[in-house]
Amino acid sequence: MTLPAFVRPLAALALVASAWSASAQVTADRLRRASDEPQNWLTYSGTYASQRHTLLREIDPGNVKNLELKWVLPNQVFGAWQATPLVVDGVMYVTQRPNDVLAIDAKTGRAFWQYRYTVSPEARVCCGANNRGLAILGSTLFMGTLDGHLVAIDAAAGRPLWNVAVGNPALGYSITMAPLAVRDKILVGVGGGEYGIRGFVAAFDPASGKELWRFYTVPGPGERGHDTWKTDAWKTGGGSVWMTPSYDPALNLTYWGIGNPGPDWNPELRPGDNLYTDSVIALDADTGALKWHFQFTPNDAYDYDSVQVAVLADITYRGAPTKTMMWANRNGFFYVLNRETGAFLSGAPFVKVNWASGLDAQGRPIATPQPAGQPTWPGNQGGTNWYSPSFSPRTGLFYLSAWEGYASIYRKEPATYIPGRNFAGGGAAVATPVPGAPGPRIGRYTPVNDWTDLTGHGAVIALDPQTLQRKWTFPQYDVTDSGILTTASDLLFTGGREGYFYALDARSGTVLWKASLGGQVVNGPMSYAIDGKQYIAVISGNSLYTFGLRE
Amino acid sequence: MKSFPFPAFPVIPAFPAAAIGALLFCGAVLGAQTDHGVQYSQADIAAGYRVYSSTCVQCHGGYGDGISGVDLRRGVFRRANTDDDLARVITTGVPGAGMPPFKLDPAELTGIVAFIRAGFDQTASVRVGDVARGGAVFDGKGGCVSCHRVRGRGALAAPDLSGIGLLRTVASLQRSLLDPTSGMVPANRPLRVVTKGGDTIEGRRLNEDTYTVQLLDARGRLRSLAKNDIRTLTYATTSSMPSYASRLTPDEIADLVGYLASLREP
Repeated sequence: MTLPAFVRPLAALALVASAWSASAQVTADRLRRASDEPQNWLTYSGTYASQRHTLLREIDPGNVKNLELKWVLPNQVFGAWQATPLVVDGVMYVTQRPNDVLAIDAKTGRAFWQYRYTVSPEARVCCGANNRGLAILGSTLFMGTLDGHLVAIDAAAGRPLWNVAVGNPALGYSITMAPLAVRDKILVGVGGGEYGIRGFVAAFDPASGKELWRFYTVPGPGERGHDTWKTDAWKTGGGSVWMTPSYDPALNLTYWGIGNPGPDWNPELRPGDNLYTDSVIALDADTGALKWHFQFTPNDAYDYDSVQVAVLADITYRGAPTKTMMWANRNGFFYVLNRETGAFLSGAPFVKVNWASGLDAQGRPIATPQPAGQPTWPGNQGGTNWYSPSFSPRTGLFYLSAWEGYASIYRKEPATYIPGRNFAGGGAAVATPVPGAPGPRIGRYTPVNDWTDLTGHGAVIALDPQTLQRKWTFPQYDVTDSGILTTASDLLFTGGREGYFYALDARSGTVLWKASLGGQVVNGPMSYAIDGKQYIAVISGNSLYTFGLRE
Repeated sequence: MKSFPFPAFPVIPAFPAAAIGALLFCGAVLGAQTDHGVQYSQADIAAGYRVYSSTCVQCHGGYGDGISGVDLRRGVFRRANTDDDLARVITTGVPGAGMPPFKLDPAELTGIVAFIRAGFDQTASVRVGDVARGGAVFDGKGGCVSCHRVRGRGALAAPDLSGIGLLRTVASLQRSLLDPTSGMVPANRPLRVVTKGGDTIEGRRLNEDTYTVQLLDARGRLRSLAKNDIRTLTYATTSSMPSYASRLTPDEIADLVGYLASLREP
């Protein structure tokens, strides 16, 4: 746009004014149009479509070699740091374990405030004091807590506004996911799939914390799907929710990935398909009513949580304009669904799979359980897991972090439900080629790798959703739990447990730049801009690093 | 020679849980030496596993290291030295630290102690002998120091064992003595590198990632190599260590297991 010289100062002033007023309020309309302001990162997945594809393109394949470290935010609380930050008009909001919130100058890394939520000693979580982030609506931040509360925090002052109990921590209910703000509601789900919970998602009034609707992920008597529980096992049926949903504003549907049934390992204790565990459910954002569901792993014996973030894309699919949902599941299959109807469009394994021989015409797996004591592919942590994938509308490719060559041996055992206690019904063990050899665990907290790639290794896989074939593979020696970010300049940013942070060519998988940050990357890299300059933020180990181009 | 069952795919207990998570990193506490000739049967170990997986796993985790300062699988305890100590802690709990008392029947209690002492390994029965006598075997008849090093004494051709009691379970130590190749974990495989410059480097793998490999060469030097500079990289898959099944008596092997399990330099 070219303006007459005399108008330019006024226009600049207007821009400043609008930036100032915008920073005061993140309206529902801004959230809906988040891709119109790529300088910000307004929801856990960047936009409601959860493509983790930034439209920023200042950093590109030609200049990515000039990235330099701009600032580091060290965390004083050790453990896996899984959060994706939000950035709103130059301010970064990020959680650190167990339930701290920090407001940071996103340009300099200097802190404005820190809020520390004190977690009840009753809190119990299977897998560490994790928190993955925040939602923002208006000028209020929203965080779920390890003890099952939802807290509203004044984004300017860093002080709590209200705090409501969502689930009972003594019974194993917790919240680790970043909530999602949709229209005039805050949506959140509960974790606790290893404690015999009955999972649910719920909507809350952002002003008061009043619960507005609730949907149980395990249907009770009289509810649709209840007949997939043949016994009273539904009462402790799991169906945890620990990842942020996606949202289609035109359909007004929210899409939730649902966790494993309980007890984890022994499906004989819960006969039936066990809806809506290991499923995606489409819920009306205003009422919580179920529009459709699609189950990936019926009567799961492998802990194949289907909590992955639903990636939404409007593409021409096999010749027809289609509102798709793409999903690389922990069970090792990649799926393309019609997100208006839930209809199965296509699916195929993306790693070695032997728990099923394939999918039928409706997308239901053809189960092939392995004999007791024999390895099952993929292993317990799955072909992929919760770490966010990315879709680039430019390349048409779906990118994910996968574990290859990784199997587990599963055991079924009796289980007795004791409130608040682990409710597993067996166990899983990494299959290793040599007795006593270490295998990949949940996370890596030492710079020395005491396992090898013989028990599994990581890879970034670029899948063509049209053909279900790999376009390219970028293998890593250790496994990876890193999320993926793609850019409108066809870069792909990701990390892994080895502590390298990569910029790959999104079209070929070639490494264009890397930094050795040292600590495991178990969050999703994200991007934002201030004063027209693009930044890439990633967490490695116990520090958050922000990169930009050398000035 | 006593034979031990070796499953095709021996297993490491994994966290029976859904998500990626974290155990707080904490400094290891020196455990007390195990000094007893106790035999733990497979039946007891299996019974212990059932108790562990339904009860203890919730706090102590799939690897037994879920509580700071405690690593059950490797015998690192805060308050227990002997089997009786372990049974007492389980029965009475540790009120100050949040561990409740557990009412177990005697078979369950015996089982859980056996399961812990076997390092969570259900695949073998294990016999743990006398530490001092085992040390004498290590230095003398066994000839172990001609390849291994303990606390600065001995050779570097094979892994330093100063902390092996923290790294390996007793069942795994016993297996390595009887069938070294089956017990050689991939991370310890001897490595032979030919660089693009034509140099040959032999040593033991210490660490590896996508781009680099770190090793201790035959002359005791720490070397870090970029894979880009390497022409061939070969791992030996058989161990040069002989089996001690026929070289030592069963008592000596049990003592040696006891000695190795007592090596706990963190």
